[in-house]
Amino acid sequence: MSKIEQLRKQFPILSMEVNNRPLVYFDNAATTQKPKVVIERLQKYYETENSNIHRGAHFLSQMATDAYEQARKTTASFINAMHPHEVVFTRGTTESINLVAHSFCKKILKPGDEILISAMEHHSNIVPWQIACQEHQASLKVIPINQKGELIIPEYHKLLNEKTRLVAITHVSNALGTINPVREIIEAAHRKEIPVLVDGAQATPHMPVDVQALDCDFYCFSGHKMYGPMGIGVLYGKEKWLEQMPPYQSGGEMIKDVSFEKTTYNDLPFKFEAGTPNVAGVLGLEAAMNFISETGHDAISAHESDLLQYALEGLKNVDGIRFIGTPEHRAGAISFLPGDIHPYDAGTILDKLGIAVRTGHHCVQPVLDYFSIPGTIRISFAVYNTRQEIDTLIKGLATVREMFG
Amino acid sequence: MTTIKEKEQKIISDFEMFDDWMDKYNYIIELGKSISLIKEEYKTEKYMIKGCQSRVWLHADYQDGKVIYTADSDALITKGIAALLIEVLSGQPPKEIVDTELSFIDEIGLKEHLSQTRSNGLVNMIKQMKLYALAFSKM
Repeated sequence: MSKIEQLRKQFPILSMEVNNRPLVYFDNAATTQKPKVVIERLQKYYETENSNIHRGAHFLSQMATDAYEQARKTTASFINAMHPHEVVFTRGTTESINLVAHSFCKKILKPGDEILISAMEHHSNIVPWQIACQEHQASLKVIPINQKGELIIPEYHKLLNEKTRLVAITHVSNALGTINPVREIIEAAHRKEIPVLVDGAQATPHMPVDVQALDCDFYCFSGHKMYGPMGIGVLYGKEKWLEQMPPYQSGGEMIKDVSFEKTTYNDLPFKFEAGTPNVAGVLGLEAAMNFISETGHDAISAHESDLLQYALEGLKNVDGIRFIGTPEHRAGAISFLPGDIHPYDAGTILDKLGIAVRTGHHCVQPVLDYFSIPGTIRISFAVYNTRQEIDTLIKGLATVREMFG
Repeated sequence: MTTIKEKEQKIISDFEMFDDWMDKYNYIIELGKSISLIKEEYKTEKYMIKGCQSRVWLHADYQDGKVIYTADSDALITKGIAALLIEVLSGQPPKEIVDTELSFIDEIGLKEHLSQTRSNGLVNMIKQMKLYALAFSKM
């Protein structure tokens, strides 16, 4: 058995048939499939460890607490955070961004201030800032993109000014696949003492992330896009910022002492983890990070680059193909339109052929407005995809062409 | 007059002859080409039903006690299914349209196109067709 076949065996869902055809799963940027080690970790937790953490003095509670805090250490080392308490567990990237938009903006945003985002952000890295700006009478500024789907960096430098309080930028674009030069972006912002939040949801599945090397102030990502369970995500924040920020949600766990007169808040990271956390999710995420580390970032990235190159070459020969986004540095995803055929029509037929792609606006309506298109077809890869699957897609697109051409 | 139920039955038996999904979809694409097309002047934001996948434009007129629908869509499959909805509901008295529970989409195996995840505008199209009928029924 080849290496890739062995790897695919670890993902039970991949042997499924859809519409009587072997499933070709190319919607990994929406969510990846889960390896057995992740699924089994969830099951093991509920079968042998389940109890509420940080509370009971009993055996199970102690065991679950230890496992949970160990997972925090694993997460910290996965992104090379300086301290485990800089890792806050959330429901996902969206909640991580909302936490910062709410809590950090409460602390720093004043009327007339500006927050800087980019034209390729996912709605979840637009709307929370819009709301924060409305609340604090600040304004949202947008770094433009070019026809290749890359940030126009000189414009970024012009937009950074003494009113800018935060830059919030995606590491990798979910719709275009563009890898942004976040290191350069952060450096420029820091020269003006402006903190930077990075939306890493589409980066962590594909590349190693070192938050200290990046020197980002916040880094957000989701478990389910990197082989982990749904409903768990991470907010990394530099200690100095997290310390200054007021709590986001309140309740149990986030407190030190409560009386009716006054409550003192717990230390980091517990201040931001109100209520019973998603312990199983955290342990599943840890299993997913271990899966990535054991598979190896180099191996993952070599395999996925090969798939991207192979797909770009193959798609070039599809009649009337139009790539939406042709960035120099790309990870994970390719967006395109097959001539004048509507993405919904193409997506429906591909689904009939067992091929799962994403069609529509991918939660980036401003990007589609920029390119004046109603939507795209997006294919996005994970470590278990194969060249043969890309061949199947290209054959599928020929069928689509026959039906709508 | 042919009732809504009879029209649904006719479509169901038309679709029974397809045992291949591709023939079925080719037929739907063809149906879209013969849709009672909305006038160009109504293809505006006001008459648009927005889905995140595809868009539908719908217009309704009230003539001699009957509702006359016209529509269009930017996606051909959506347009074909819209054509079927018009085939069934257009020309019917408003009260009949308001009271009907459409079942033919399920029966001909196109239920997936009316699910929330598709978000192609068709679910809201049916809702909007009924709302027009409801408004006309009070005239």
